[in-house]
Amino acid sequence: MTAVLARLIAFFARVASGPAVRVAGEDICPGQCIFFANHASHLDVVVLWAVLPNAVRERTRPVAARDYWEKRALRRFAATRIFNAVLVDRDGNLAALRQQLDQMMAALDEGASLIIFPEGTRGQGSEVAPFRAGLHFLARQRPNVDFVPVNLHNLGRIMPKGEFAPVPQLSRVTFGEPLHLEPHEGKDAFLERARQALIALDPS
Amino acid sequence: MSIVNPLTMDRELQAFGGVLLAVLIVATVIGEILARRVSSDSARATIVNLNDRVRAWWVMCGVLALALLTGRTGATILFAGVSFLALREFVTLAPTRHGDHRALLWIFFVVTPVQYWLVWRDWYGLFAIFIPVFVFLLVPARVALAGDTENFLERTAVIQWGLMICVYCVSYAPALLMLDANGEGGGAKLLLFLLIVVQGSDVLQYVWGKLFGRHKIAPLVSPNKTWEGFVGGVASSTLLGTALWWMTPFAPWQSALMALVIALMGFSGGLTMSAIKRDRGVKDFGTLISGHGGILDRIDSLCFAAPVFFHLVRYFFGE
Repeated sequence: MTAVLARLIAFFARVASGPAVRVAGEDICPGQCIFFANHASHLDVVVLWAVLPNAVRERTRPVAARDYWEKRALRRFAATRIFNAVLVDRDGNLAALRQQLDQMMAALDEGASLIIFPEGTRGQGSEVAPFRAGLHFLARQRPNVDFVPVNLHNLGRIMPKGEFAPVPQLSRVTFGEPLHLEPHEGKDAFLERARQALIALDPS
Repeated sequence: MSIVNPLTMDRELQAFGGVLLAVLIVATVIGEILARRVSSDSARATIVNLNDRVRAWWVMCGVLALALLTGRTGATILFAGVSFLALREFVTLAPTRHGDHRALLWIFFVVTPVQYWLVWRDWYGLFAIFIPVFVFLLVPARVALAGDTENFLERTAVIQWGLMICVYCVSYAPALLMLDANGEGGGAKLLLFLLIVVQGSDVLQYVWGKLFGRHKIAPLVSPNKTWEGFVGGVASSTLLGTALWWMTPFAPWQSALMALVIALMGFSGGLTMSAIKRDRGVKDFGTLISGHGGILDRIDSLCFAAPVFFHLVRYFFGE
């Protein structure tokens, strides 16, 4: 039942966003991945999840903010039953951050792939903000996981901040080459390399 | 509406479906033969594109047949879907801002369904003025309410233009079903006549242009449009329309004139939409139909031909 609903939601997300999907390499995520994407809209997570091939989507869990997704019953249902999200508290302090990363690593250890937005919050859609340190922490702790940059284009126009429904338009979702932490690569260097890899995928 | 659809019973339409099927089969066979015989790379690219187009035609004809077999409801839903997809492509290229969001939501989710509901309800009086009068006045007011005045006139003008082309003009195609000019199923045959002449004209202009094209008509707008393609395509699609007079309420000479007008309007549509694409710096409006580009690339000629054809038929042959 929820599987049918999931396919239906994925279909409507594609209708609203007409995503042209481009992939570097053969397949999207043959192994275990952390998809990291730029963030400008509540649609981001739904569309990225919707364009994944069914087999990949079924084992991919978005990491999402608990306060937003648990606010209404419908959202909570969608987050837990449809998207199978890893709901985390926002990292206001070090303890919350530590808890977030523990949750993500637990999900990885169960074999899940993850969708994360390393900017931490939605931007204006024009620029990609500096990445949070968590991405580097995960790359150090789980060196075998593929870190896949995903550029989301035009979703911020389809559903801007503060709107309740999307104005259907075409968008582009571009999957880049997987990244890994290089030996002796520092935190800031890795974060900036990952950010530049994501920006370089922008088709415009 | 009767439970058994009169269209499925119609001998002429059945014969016509057979002819269309034969044309598609012939085109597919020719495409396959050409694909085996080409040697140069540039020729191969052309043939691959040609075969993509033929394959897309199979799908489009199949969808159309399905829609017509389900009668007015099916045809209305089909073209409402076409409008939705066309508008989705148009808004992507339009210079809209956050302040237009609510007005665009109204356009997608209220105005478009209402326009097609009016077609389905057979309410000609409101169908013809709903978008050019009421929506024309209400949309800029809604945008003004949002409070963003930057490029206000440009934004509202572009939104109205897109709405006219993608929704209002396209809705004239299923509206032909209102004009049961020669009895049961007459409207459906008018719609088929329009679609075949307008799309046939596109294909024939393409073929004539590829074979004999030398002198470009508007090289800055659309490098593929040539005088040879234009004249050959318009003349041969006029002949095509004349040959189809029996499925219309027209005498052969009237059918020829109608087909000529349709082909000329179709050409204008293609040229206008090319100018928009050139201005926005894109080659196609989208990637929905393999080989053709987006849906707007396929229906640009229909947008311009449908309203004119509808009003000519209604004026000269209406009740």
